[in-house]
Amino acid sequence: MEVKSKDLWVFVETNEDGTAKNVGIELLGPGRELADGQGGKLCALIVGCGVQAAIDDANAHGADVIYVIDGEEYKDYTTDAYALAVCHALDTYGPTTMLFGATPNGRDLGPRVSCRLNTGLTADCTRLSIDEESGNVAWTRPAFGGNLMATILCPDHRPQLGTVRPGVFKKPEETEGKAEIINIDFHVAADQIRTQILEVLMEEGGELVDLEGADIIVAGGRGVGGPEGFAPLKELCEVLGATLGASRAAVDSGWITHSHQVGQTGKTVGPKLYIACGISGAIQHAAGIGGSDCIIAINKDPEANIFQLADYGIVGDLFEVVPKLTEEIKKLKGL
Amino acid sequence: MNILVCVKQVPDTTIIKIDPVTNTLVRDGVPSILNPFDSYAMEAAARIKDNDPDTKIVIVSMGPTQAEAVVRECLAVGGDSGYLVSDRAFGGSDTLATSYIIACAIKKIEEIEGKFDMIFCGKQAIDGDTAQVGCEIAEHLDLPQVTYGLTCEAEADRLKVYKEIDGGQQVVGVKYPCLITFTKPAFDMRYPSVKSKLAARKKEITTLTVDAFPDIDRGCIGLKGSPTRVKKTFVPPVKQGGVVIKEETDAESAVKLVSLLDEANII
Repeated sequence: MEVKSKDLWVFVETNEDGTAKNVGIELLGPGRELADGQGGKLCALIVGCGVQAAIDDANAHGADVIYVIDGEEYKDYTTDAYALAVCHALDTYGPTTMLFGATPNGRDLGPRVSCRLNTGLTADCTRLSIDEESGNVAWTRPAFGGNLMATILCPDHRPQLGTVRPGVFKKPEETEGKAEIINIDFHVAADQIRTQILEVLMEEGGELVDLEGADIIVAGGRGVGGPEGFAPLKELCEVLGATLGASRAAVDSGWITHSHQVGQTGKTVGPKLYIACGISGAIQHAAGIGGSDCIIAINKDPEANIFQLADYGIVGDLFEVVPKLTEEIKKLKGL
Repeated sequence: MNILVCVKQVPDTTIIKIDPVTNTLVRDGVPSILNPFDSYAMEAAARIKDNDPDTKIVIVSMGPTQAEAVVRECLAVGGDSGYLVSDRAFGGSDTLATSYIIACAIKKIEEIEGKFDMIFCGKQAIDGDTAQVGCEIAEHLDLPQVTYGLTCEAEADRLKVYKEIDGGQQVVGVKYPCLITFTKPAFDMRYPSVKSKLAARKKEITTLTVDAFPDIDRGCIGLKGSPTRVKKTFVPPVKQGGVVIKEETDAESAVKLVSLLDEANII
């Protein structure tokens, strides 16, 4: 692809209702630093159907320019339509760098785009900076199950692309929006979309488990002992307005569904408060909770790794501690 | 149906340790395993074969000679023939170069095995965790893709993929040929029988070196063909300074915690 500007683009993924996914807005924060670092503008690319809410959101969080591709065919995410749209926009405007949120769709789309443009993509980044030596973006990401961090450069190919984990960066402060809005008229014919969503099956009681957007998460691990062991955690969730999470051990044991899983092979989260109950804190779990502001660990085993990650730890039985916490917080909140 | 399953041999990252003195990965004594997500792809293929015994399953892996082990593991649970893509010229490849090499290999294997209706991959390998190679193979071959597959049903003119989404599943229809990447379903890969294990041991695995692909662009493989470069690696820093609460009783600990959180304005 021919580079036509020093701009940095953020792909702002939209929901079906045209609102922006959190991670797209979060990325406007580090996006600003990188854009300034490479001497270009901070731009958002929004693809979807009826996306005014997402435009407003990106505008209020610091984008200089917002490119919009709007059409019926983008209402539901499909790899084919989105890859065509994003590549068209990149070909037309030629930015130097682009960030995607490492959501399921972002991870589906990113490699199609990078491969089509014959450039490098660094997956699941948790830290972004400008490499002083070369001026390239330095993409830092966990590998080997979170045991090792690697910093990757893409020196000779453009655009430099990366997916960035949700929850790692905080949304930038709201500003008085003064972005330039540029509509790109680009449509994809129905026969170019080779997949078709036939049906959506929600789990029983199938509320969306939005761990990535949660402010507070209460998560259970092997220590909860069984599916019924999540009951006191759910009660604590209720008084805190928290979302229920789980470690891989609990999910693999079949006590709770995978959509609740936090960690390397589940969701990466960045809540204000993360309460880990009966979770040992394996490195794979740690890799998923690093973006949390405050971590509380409750575990019987004083040697558990989770205590090394925690801001506050209680060595004790979660079935004693958690109900008492619920009771005390109820009192505190006057519930 | 003709199915290709792409598999990778990986170190078992769940038992990898960091040497506290040198701050580097200790890889000695860490077993090499079939990437778990690839085993789910293999099982999905085997289940299609259960329903339609005319199905042929071909296994391909890229890696050093010892990666033959994971190809053989798949041959023992339903794979019919196996290929190993292996050459020093491929070393140092990033995801883009790797996917290009595998796409070249797939074209070559199709000359021998016939066109594939489906290509199955794990959603990611647990060592690199990039989740890119499957999608990039699809792009090189201009195939439609479905990622995060849990299970699938092969219908006459399309594949129905049950894809994991937040809080449930999305059922996606895709015409053949297609590429699917699989995540963890509610079951594991089947165990081989003694008989199938013995049979797999006798099967020949064809090694494809760079010479097997006369048309390959040598500028697009190996380190030279890789747009990304690893600048440095390091061990993630450990957080310091947490407060551990251990009062007389668990209830007292809980009370103490709530008062600390309240003081710190956390709740």
